[in-house]
Amino acid sequence: MAERGTQGIRPFLAKWALVAVPYLWSLLFFLAPFLIIFKISLSQTAIAMPPYTPVINGIGDFWAKLTDFTFDNYVFLTEDPLYYSAYLSSLRIALISTVLLLIVGYPIAYGMARAPKSLRNALVMAVILPFWTSFLIRVYAWIGILKPEGLITIALQGLGILGPGQQIHIYNTETAVFIGIVYSYLPFMVLPLYAALEKLDATLLEAAADLGCPPTKSFWVITFPLSLPGVIAGCFLCFIPIVGEFVIPDLLGGSETLMIGKTLWAEFFNNRDWPVSSAVAVVLLIILVVPIVIFQNQQKKA
Amino acid sequence: MIEAVGPIKRKFAPWDDPTLKPFIRFENVTKRFGDFTAVDDLTLDIYEREFFALLGPSGCGKTTLMRMLAGFEQPTEGRILLDGKDLSGIPPYKRPVNMMFQSYALFPHMTVEGNIAFGLKQEGMDTSNINTRVAEMLELVKLEKFAKRKPHQLSGGQRQRVALARSLAKRPKVLLLDEPLGALDRKLREETQFELMDIQMELGMTFLIVTHDQEEAMTVSDRIAVMNHGVIAQIGTASEIYEQPASRYVADFVGDINLIDGTVSAVDDGVATLHCAGVDATIVAEAGPGEVAVGAEAGFAIRPEKVQISLEAPPAGTPNVLSGEVWDIGYLGDISVYRVRLPGGSIVKATVANLTRIVERPITWEDKVFLTWPADAGVILLK
Ligand SMILES: Nc1ncnc2c1ncn2[C@@H]1O[C@H](COP(=O)(O)OP(=O)(O)OP(=O)(O)O)[C@@H](O)[C@H]1O
Ligand SMILES: [Mg+2]
Repeated sequence: MAERGTQGIRPFLAKWALVAVPYLWSLLFFLAPFLIIFKISLSQTAIAMPPYTPVINGIGDFWAKLTDFTFDNYVFLTEDPLYYSAYLSSLRIALISTVLLLIVGYPIAYGMARAPKSLRNALVMAVILPFWTSFLIRVYAWIGILKPEGLITIALQGLGILGPGQQIHIYNTETAVFIGIVYSYLPFMVLPLYAALEKLDATLLEAAADLGCPPTKSFWVITFPLSLPGVIAGCFLCFIPIVGEFVIPDLLGGSETLMIGKTLWAEFFNNRDWPVSSAVAVVLLIILVVPIVIFQNQQKKA
Repeated sequence: MIEAVGPIKRKFAPWDDPTLKPFIRFENVTKRFGDFTAVDDLTLDIYEREFFALLGPSGCGKTTLMRMLAGFEQPTEGRILLDGKDLSGIPPYKRPVNMMFQSYALFPHMTVEGNIAFGLKQEGMDTSNINTRVAEMLELVKLEKFAKRKPHQLSGGQRQRVALARSLAKRPKVLLLDEPLGALDRKLREETQFELMDIQMELGMTFLIVTHDQEEAMTVSDRIAVMNHGVIAQIGTASEIYEQPASRYVADFVGDINLIDGTVSAVDDGVATLHCAGVDATIVAEAGPGEVAVGAEAGFAIRPEKVQISLEAPPAGTPNVLSGEVWDIGYLGDISVYRVRLPGGSIVKATVANLTRIVERPITWEDKVFLTWPADAGVILLK
């Protein structure tokens, strides 16, 4: 009994240290910044450095200042239709993009999973490879492709489909945003789909065929339902970050595209209204908590 | 009137009737995977309503043969005929053949019911008929209580029964069973064997079964094919395979056997005399006409249950006597196996039925014993 001492406590500590690391990480890099943002969102706008009146300066100050908290910034969000429509537009764009990603990504993942074993790793590599180049540079490259005097126009003119004076006008439209998003997020859709499809036991399809089910039908009754965990994972992995996407609509969408990420950026840097932009960020997070929780539950079930 | 309980082995031998056409015909079928030959120039006829068993060691090509018949593999050479029609080019979902997979291949996202109903839905059967048939199948495999479960909530044996029910549900003309009962306990397996024989007879289906259990093959099937490395070593009824094995391989593979090497020293009126130098004995056995020639190297094969063991020396001049010392006794409940060591060092097995609840065996370890058998008890094998 007396021997519990050092031998007992070491593995105990080691186990806790292991568990503590991810929690500490979340605490430091997620919860703390979030609390700071939340605090800022509750304060008043001020023309100063920093451009807001801090509500709390120290612990002793805490109770005295508690009455200074204000939900004015949140109320303001409901008053200006700009925010409301930016949120809606973001959700719409994210939804359409996710569906497009699924339509484009599924056949790619399916093809990869059906490819000969020796080829598969190379194909996965090919999907990941673009990550080795900066995301920003890749989006910029799309400007070169999509702009009226860009590669698409040149190619179509070269093929004689477009006359010398005609140009393609995709750049600075929502279409360009969709193209950019689908291009950028494709790996996040393809990889979970591939993981699900690769696991699929090919004898199940044989069994279906044996029982009289032709291949096209067995795709819908066997393959697709069994790949649903991958579909769900891929959709959430894409949908959630796309809602807050800022770079792609800013670079490819022009002024026409309204997305909450852009609004946030403008509020923060152009208007220097930190409290309102913090409120925008907090509301965005709350909106996204819903799909994140659904996603978590799905993952647990799978 | 007394009604028969369970199936009775009828006089059923379509393979002996030259006017009948085989229902399934493998015609010089070869299957190669790369440069590995899994099935080698194999010809096999199976008749309608036959219960046909494939027996053979692991990797000898049994599953491959079935997969070709079901349509998942194409023969590299040769062709397969079903009811006289060449099957090549017909996709699996159009063949009137159902297969029970060795790995079960149950659909994990469907319930037990859903799995069993799957094939019927593909046929376009209406819901009420599907429900009746599914209930029937669930009863057959004794899984009524598990209808709503998913495969991952079942034990191995239960999954196997679902797979069996699913393949049976469509009542195909030909049913391929790839080790259908391997995961079941002995009692359930025996019951299911009889159920299978009942169904097969009642519905007039043709069954092709793969099993590693020889007793099972002998119980259920009309004929057995013993395979080895992609070729058929012998086809015959259970008793033909057991009593008249065509080669050492078959004799050794099916059941227990004593094999004694020797040289044919005389053939007289269908009786061959074999001189066995290794065990220093002369063995007299029936030889098929024209098969055995003097001077040929041959093996004498005899089943342990046909060897009599005794403590007393037989009268002088009795043929087929070996003497040795009891090396080991194995008690198996119904029988005891005596392993007798001959002077040359080789071991001959003899089994004795345990007719009484013996406390002390009359023959025991290290006793000097004599082994005898009648001239027609064993066979001479040239291959
Ligand atoms: N797709 C394939 N590619 C390459 N070799 C294969 C393939 N399928 C089977 N084989 C080989 O063919 C041989 C026969 O396989 P098969 O599955 O028919 O054996 P089996 O008699 O059913 O064995 P078991 O009793 O273990 O099930 C094996 O040696 C196996 O390795
Ligand atoms: Mg097999």
